[in-house]
Amino acid sequence: MENAKSDVLIIGGGVIGCSIARELSKYQCRTILLEKDEDVCSGTSKANSAIVHAGYDAKTGSLKAKLNVQGNLMMEPLAKELDFDFKRNASMVLCFDKEDMPALQALYERGVANGVPGLKIISGEEARQMEPNLSDEVVSALYAPTGGIVCPFGLTIALAENAFENGVEFFFNTKVLEIVKNENGYLVKTNRGDFETTYIVNAAGVYADEFHNMVSEKKIHITPRRGDYCLLDKEAGNHVSATIFQLPGKYGKGILVTPTVHGNLLVGPTAIDQEDKDGTATTAEGLAEACEKATKSVKNVPFRQVITSFAGLRAHEDNNEFVLGEPEDAEGFFDAAGIESPGLSCAPAMGLYLAEMVAEKGKFEKKADFKATRKGIVKAAELSREERAALIKEKPEYGTIICRCENISEGEIVDAITRPLGARSLDGIKRRVRQGMGRCQAGFCTPRTMEILSRETGIPMEQICKNSNGSEMIRG
Amino acid sequence: MIQHDIVIIGGGPAGLAAAAAAKKGGADDILILERDGVLGGILNQCIHNGFGLHTFKEELTGPEYASRFIKIVKELGIPYQLNSMVIDINKEKEITVVSRENGLQVIKAKSIILAMGCRERPRGALNIPGYRPAGIYTAGTAQRLVNIEGHMVGKEVVILGSGDIGLIMARRMTLEGAKVKVVAELMPYSGGLKRNIVQCLDDFGIPLKLSHTVVNIEGKGRVTGITLAEVGPDRKPIPGTEEHYSCDTLLLSCGLIPENELTRNMGVSMNPVTSGPMVNDRLETDTEGVFACGNVLHVHDLVDYVSEEAALAGQNAAKYILYGASKTSGNGADAPRCSADAGICTGGSNGGTESSSAGACVAIRAENGVRYTVPQSLDPAAMAEKITVRFRVADVYKDRSICVYYDGKLISKKKKRVLAPGEMEQVVILKSSLAEYPDLKEITIRTEEES
Ligand SMILES: Cc1cc2nc3c(=O)[nH]c(=O)nc-3n(C[C@H](O)[C@H](O)[C@H](O)COP(=O)(O)OP(=O)(O)OC[C@H]3O[C@@H](n4cnc5c(N)ncnc54)[C@H](O)[C@@H]3O)c2cc1C
Ligand SMILES: Cc1cc2nc3c(=O)[nH]c(=O)nc-3n(C[C@H](O)[C@H](O)[C@H](O)COP(=O)(O)OP(=O)(O)OC[C@H]3O[C@@H](n4cnc5c(N)ncnc54)[C@H](O)[C@@H]3O)c2cc1C
Repeated sequence: MENAKSDVLIIGGGVIGCSIARELSKYQCRTILLEKDEDVCSGTSKANSAIVHAGYDAKTGSLKAKLNVQGNLMMEPLAKELDFDFKRNASMVLCFDKEDMPALQALYERGVANGVPGLKIISGEEARQMEPNLSDEVVSALYAPTGGIVCPFGLTIALAENAFENGVEFFFNTKVLEIVKNENGYLVKTNRGDFETTYIVNAAGVYADEFHNMVSEKKIHITPRRGDYCLLDKEAGNHVSATIFQLPGKYGKGILVTPTVHGNLLVGPTAIDQEDKDGTATTAEGLAEACEKATKSVKNVPFRQVITSFAGLRAHEDNNEFVLGEPEDAEGFFDAAGIESPGLSCAPAMGLYLAEMVAEKGKFEKKADFKATRKGIVKAAELSREERAALIKEKPEYGTIICRCENISEGEIVDAITRPLGARSLDGIKRRVRQGMGRCQAGFCTPRTMEILSRETGIPMEQICKNSNGSEMIRG
Repeated sequence: MIQHDIVIIGGGPAGLAAAAAAKKGGADDILILERDGVLGGILNQCIHNGFGLHTFKEELTGPEYASRFIKIVKELGIPYQLNSMVIDINKEKEITVVSRENGLQVIKAKSIILAMGCRERPRGALNIPGYRPAGIYTAGTAQRLVNIEGHMVGKEVVILGSGDIGLIMARRMTLEGAKVKVVAELMPYSGGLKRNIVQCLDDFGIPLKLSHTVVNIEGKGRVTGITLAEVGPDRKPIPGTEEHYSCDTLLLSCGLIPENELTRNMGVSMNPVTSGPMVNDRLETDTEGVFACGNVLHVHDLVDYVSEEAALAGQNAAKYILYGASKTSGNGADAPRCSADAGICTGGSNGGTESSSAGACVAIRAENGVRYTVPQSLDPAAMAEKITVRFRVADVYKDRSICVYYDGKLISKKKKRVLAPGEMEQVVILKSSLAEYPDLKEITIRTEEES
């Protein structure tokens, strides 16, 4: 490593780290981002509900509430600027028991106080008119028109690419091992050498407590709280159109049923506290619980059409708050820790909030030549016939379909690999273009995608990985 | 717009045999569209022996079997377009194809033969809990990597599912130097052919555990192990029966799903049991002039039957081109159609009332241990001298008969010592046998226990 000396060093390439990186790239400072895996969006940001919450959940006056409402507002223009998938599909919180009506009312009032626009309490009948598959037991619902869904990979990757284009340096497969305070700032030791930096942003997800605790005496503790999900085929994607939550009640914290921005149906998550910070294994009980609870909200969920299941880890901090900014006893070290839900929704606002804080500390000036927009990968299948025909004519690789389920061409896969901060693994390609995310779950396209990746990057076939090192596809 | 009389979607054994038969049947303007770079379909990766025993009376490898049909197609001068993926077919029989060479084309067909084959059921559909590491492959994907690309997928292998591909891969991986530790099958019987169990497992000492499934997958980067458990009659794991196996690879051979996205999108009625389209005795779907054959229609285990079935579809497509829809059905009425609910026929596009189509269409019903039939209806007036009805049974049965009833009257009864879901069965229906039943509504095929 060319013993890099940076102004700001960000630990973690999740949605939070990347959002901060992008905001910091508006300033004249040298920013470095270290990520232990081979790509951005490899932690919690890749496995969550992907909901852009309206903002009625968090306590009025809290930073969580403020960042959520602001993040929700920012998401739409950001999606246009950075070309990722976002949809305002609205959300509903269902109430199944007249006795729980006061709790629903309280949620409504909190939302109004938090500044959430357009909230309404509707009857069970009205709810079923909007969503015919809702359970007959629904007596009332809180309707939030500003609720949305986003592609979490698309968002994170777009932020990262734009940050990169504006000068942020990314180091992958670079795991932070230790942080030492020195007179100019910090020395950050990694598996790939040492980094010197004036400021640190700690956006390490479920691992953020470890780094915080290396520099501060005010200890924090993060519990990975696992959530299991089932993802259903696109044929089931229209089962509901809004995101359907359950009002927490006597049966515990509810689970949601939602379409994804790509038209699948998502059911989950459960909530199980555990020790293992890499423990993203689903369990049979978890998956069964998710499915069972879903049927309370929505009738006839076609569980036969499950195409995959997965788990994500919430970075649950003991005090249930985001830990943001400099601890009193660790100057120049900025936390973005304990970022559990609605972290994704908050990401744009949180990036802005923290970047401003760091920039102020470092007295960084804004750049004149910041490039705010980024073009995503062309989705050939979504073009009009004429446009698609013209594209293939110009670039024939768009005429070779590699992923038959999602209709992804070789051209798109090559773009995913060769663009700035391009994919280096099969999962990296999948998160950029959805190759292998369809109903056959990459059965058909895996061999061909491996070949393209090998050809474009020069990585030998035997070293092609599913994601980070140790996930080689071939074992001869 | 480009136009052709018959367009065949898929150049596997089904598409090839259909093309040859259509040409021999008098159709001249035929085009095969194949998304792969070669003809032959899935057979190209099946380098083992065992194909063609029925058709050619000799044991061929998959590629050898395919090459015989490819040769015929070439000799007949039937045009085909490779690297061409059909992405849409509409009700007007306009086919949208994407290819590197020709870009995006729309081809208008008078008749279409669906021959897209099938795909394997992935892990997600089985919803196996645990991690999602590298090293989990469907057996067919592994087969492609090993046989065509020349890459070994792993060294220590567990196989879930005893479908034929899994069995074949157990042997293949063993011959390539891997250790196949066990083949686990959820059902109390194997879904594969008996001969494959003997030749691929028994001969290599690979244990087959029936009524077992994978209940956990371990490994964060690459698979490091799995847990098997026995399942009860409800197919749920029995606590306390867990057994751990260390392995770096899990192959799945848990069933094949006909590849019918195109079919569904064009609005053809589907049979939920086969996951293929509903067809009549001409293998015509309920969209006039659209035929189906091979694995897209229902999953076959022997390619010989695929070829036979596909030839029938090809002949009928040719007739459709030469004589039109009305001529293929006897009394000049519109061709009868199969409707969505299994085996029920309705009249033609003019809404065919009971009276106008009376006698024109007979439903074929599967009952009592017969899971489905293909076709699901027939037209006694227009049908060929004999038709073969293929079907699968729902469970392993010993000493049962396969019985055929015409409107409740027993017509034939054939004793079978063993019936198994892994082996496709058939009965033949002679046109002559229907003569005495002018008002026949329904043919029922069922299994019955020996009394
Ligand atoms: C089940 C579940 C459901 C959720 N649903 C929603 C929702 O619907 N809406 C919403 O707004 N939010 C939701 N969230 C919350 C949201 O997903 C998170 O708040 C957000 O993704 C956190 O992003 P992050 O960047 O902080 O963490 P991560 O995405 O985990 O990023 C941290 C990164 O740090 C890296 N890292 C860790 N240690 C090191 C090291 N030593 N060296 C270098 N790099 C390191 C990791 O590899 C990782 O890439 C949900 C979360 C979960 C778990
Ligand atoms: C892995 C495997 C192993 C088998 N082993 C044996 C065996 O040992 N012995 C035996 O007798 N039988 C075996 N079979 C069965 C036999 O091979 C199949 O029944 C037979 O290949 C089916 O032929 P098909 O033409 O219907 O399908 P396929 O061979 O699958 O051909 C379908 C073709 O359609 C093409 N296609 C699909 N969609 C499109 C589209 N949208 N546009 C353009 N083209 C498309 C595909 O690329 C493919 O070439 C095996 C089957 C499989 C899947």
